[in-house]
Formats: sequence, structure tokens, C-alpha cells
Amino acid sequence: MTISMNTILGLSALLFGIGMFGFLARRNIILMFISVEVMLNAVNLSLVGFSWHMEDPRGQVLALFVIAVAAAEAGIGLGLVIALNRNKPGAGVGDLTELKW
Amino acid sequence: MEFETIVFYALAVATVIPAFGVMMAKDIVRVAFWLLASLSGVAGLFIMLDADFLGVTQVLVYIGGILVLILFGIMMTHRDPVLVSADDDRRRSPFTGLLVSLMTFGALMGVILGTGWNVSGGLANGKLSGEPTAAPLGKALLTDYVLPFEIVSVLLLVVLCGAAYIARRGKDEEASNA
Repeated sequence: MTISMNTILGLSALLFGIGMFGFLARRNIILMFISVEVMLNAVNLSLVGFSWHMEDPRGQVLALFVIAVAAAEAGIGLGLVIALNRNKPGAGVGDLTELKW
Repeated sequence: MEFETIVFYALAVATVIPAFGVMMAKDIVRVAFWLLASLSGVAGLFIMLDADFLGVTQVLVYIGGILVLILFGIMMTHRDPVLVSADDDRRRSPFTGLLVSLMTFGALMGVILGTGWNVSGGLANGKLSGEPTAAPLGKALLTDYVLPFEIVSVLLLVVLCGAAYIARRGKDEEASNA
């Protein structure tokens, strides 16, 4: 397969930029969370690309850890969304100002 | 052009277009389904990059786990699951976000294009060479990386307890909040 490293990393950077725009522009907590998942996927893609380029499985080990931590983040994040929705139904991210001073 | 290269570019397109859908769609359930397409494309790219175990893990964990969890979250928190309320997205203009993400993308591309990537050879530890990666990954996880592996397992246990505690609907909790 004749793919240059620039192509893989450019694809990863494009996905990361898309995810970052989603995170910054969206005002819904679940949509922001989904954008974070897109960014994590971009990082994983670059790790696997490096692993393929250097013929070294250590990049894949790192990507596996990233996937595990992303799963943990998903569990806690959606638990928080549900708890938030129970305590303040219909609250957007702009309404969560209790910790602000 | 080689067949594998064409497949790689097709998968790249099949990843990026749904990602734009995730960014632009106004309908929260459709965002989740665009995310499904994007995650599947990334799984295919992993397999094209000799990471078959990670591709399957991506399908199992992201599509089978996280995406289902997201759909549950949408169903449990949105009374009208199909529509994002206009208030959610229109409160602030996306200009700043667009500017920041474009600058980040530009910086990343500048670094990527400015670096010579001819580092192959000499650094190779366990050759991949198109063979199944489950064996080298398992060996690495249980020898060199056994401490991070155990830390991640403890983290997952903590997350399990924490998520159950946070999302639980306790009677005393409800009474004190009411």
C-alpha cells in the first residue's frame, strides 16, 4: 500500500479539527460529548498510523489504552448527563454556573 | 493506483464525510447515526493500517458500547428525542469555534508537512508485516505494559462504581433534593 505518512496524519488532523469545531460550536452537552469522541478517534488514527509506519506494535498498545480510557469517560460522562437531567431538567451548558464565582 | 490505496482513500472519505455530518446535523439522533458511520470508517482504516485487533476493538467498544450508551443518554434526557432545541445551538455564533479549530488544523498541518517522516528502520521492535496483531499486543500488554494495564483495569472498576453511584436514583437523595 503506497500511502504516505502525510496522508494519514493529515486525515487525522482533519478529523481532529472537525471534532474541535463541534466541541466549541455546539451548545448541547451530548453533542459536545460526541465531538470529543471524534477527536479521540482522530488521535487513535494517528497512533495507529505511526505504528504502521514504524512497524512497531507499541503505538497500537497506546491506542488500546486510549480506547479503554474513552470507554471510562463515556460511562462517567453519560452518568453525569443523566444525573444533571434529573436535578435540573432541560438545562443547557450555559445554565451550569454553580461552580462559577 | 494500487487497489489497497483506492480502498484506503475510499475509507478516508467514508470517515470524513460522516464527521462533517456529526458537525452540521441539527437532529440529535441523526448526529448519533452519522457518528456510527464515522466510527465504522475509522475501524476500516485501522484494519487497512495492519491493526486488525484494534479495528475489531473499535467496533466492539465504540459502536457496540459507547454509541449505544450515547443513544441511551439521548433517549433518557430529551423529552422530544428527534429535535435539538433551537436554543441549544443558536445561543452563540460558531465563528470563534470555527476560527480556533481552523487555526489548530493549520498548526497541525504545518507541523505534519514540515517534518520528514523517513524514520522507518532501526526503531522496529516487533515487526507487524501484515500478520495478526493480537499476539504481539497481548505479549506487550502482559510484559512491558503490565503496570499501565493494571492501572487501567482499576480505573475501569472505579468508573463502574462511580457511574452507578452518580446515575442511581436513591430515595434519600431524592427526598433531600426535593
